Amino acid sequence: MDTWTFGWTLALIGMGGTMLVLWILSLLILLLKKIFPHRPGQSAAKKG
Amino acid sequence: MESALISGLQGLVIGVTNLGLGHVIMILIASGLLYLGIQKGYEPLLLVPIGFGAILVNIPLADMMENEGFLRFFYDAGVRTEVFPLLIFVGIGAMTDFQPLLENPKIILLGAAGQFGIFLTLLLALALGFDKLDAVAVAIIGACDGPTAIYVSAKFAPHMLGAVSVAAYSYMSLVPLIQPPIMRALTTEKERMIVMGLVKQPVSKTTKILFPIVVTIFASLLAPKGAPLIGTVMLGNLMKESGVVERLKSASENEIANIVTLLLGLCIGATMEADKFLRGQTLLVLGLGFIAICLDTAVGVLFGKLMCLATGGKINPLIGAAGISAFPMSARVVQAEGQKYNKKSYLLMHAMSANAGGQIGSVIAAAVMLSVLQGMGIVGG
Repeated sequence: MDTWTFGWTLALIGMGGTMLVLWILSLLILLLKKIFPHRPGQSAAKKG
Repeated sequence: MESALISGLQGLVIGVTNLGLGHVIMILIASGLLYLGIQKGYEPLLLVPIGFGAILVNIPLADMMENEGFLRFFYDAGVRTEVFPLLIFVGIGAMTDFQPLLENPKIILLGAAGQFGIFLTLLLALALGFDKLDAVAVAIIGACDGPTAIYVSAKFAPHMLGAVSVAAYSYMSLVPLIQPPIMRALTTEKERMIVMGLVKQPVSKTTKILFPIVVTIFASLLAPKGAPLIGTVMLGNLMKESGVVERLKSASENEIANIVTLLLGLCIGATMEADKFLRGQTLLVLGLGFIAICLDTAVGVLFGKLMCLATGGKINPLIGAAGISAFPMSARVVQAEGQKYNKKSYLLMHAMSANAGGQIGSVIAAAVMLSVLQGMGIVGG
């Protein structure tokens, strides 16, 4: 593989892949928050 | 008797007679690093052991990095095996609070944009004639994350470890000087004055505990070669959030992190031998590292502008500059810059979200890079 094919492939997949993974992570965080919502007094109740 | 005395005395001066100009220059450079760490307070935890390690390795005939040398032992055990940066990652995970990011997850995208400097610098390095894996090692300075830079450069270009590490840590400590001019150049005064509303979305403990587990499984499946990086950060964070292994968490962020930081710093310094460090290539590495961090900031701010446009002006583009891994320094820079233009603007929490995104982003970017390299057959499986 020549240098520029290597460079552009890694750069494009790298940037796109990083953006895609983090975007999916943000969706997963939203999903987690939806499934396990914060309930006011949750931590206080556990301590009490 | 006379010849024995002369031989004995020769043994005492042999170090001095073997001292070359390269050694002297390296000892001066190492002293400069010590000065920056001790007197200026720039990343002293790393620059002090790095500087001292560089002095030790440039003492002629001390053989610190030869097969039986004491620095060689730690280098082989911790750097060549990549164990040291990974142990540091456990400590970082244990110290990092991802709450701001969990409260405002869309901001994580700024953490991705803040890594683009890595890939743009890769192209620049290739254009300047670096070979493929050397270019990867130079580009990773743009992760703005010391352990990631060490992990990748130790893996692909160990001969450049000293230059890459020094560049990564030096520029990280210079973030308050590097970022503001770029932030100002790429934004209008109107944009810099945008007041962002409060994001108050409390996060349940269950979410906080599940977050590191989900990230590890999901991100490692997509980028398996980066599993050690992602897994160690998230292990540390799981120990912190679970609250049931206080001793392990405490050891990770204190004793283990301290010991490993000391040994890692010494080992990095030990790679700075005159004949390996005093090359034109080192200056190029330092220059490209600087460009990488500038590009990270620029792309982060530009992505912030895009998000500002997409949200009808609700996002201050300055927070894009915090999408790098220099936590929490970069977020503080954003807050200070925002306050200069609008005293009613409190960007800190938003910038912290972007900064936490940058921390995850740098690890993910490196993981993606490693996996793509494996996929292309550039590195072994």
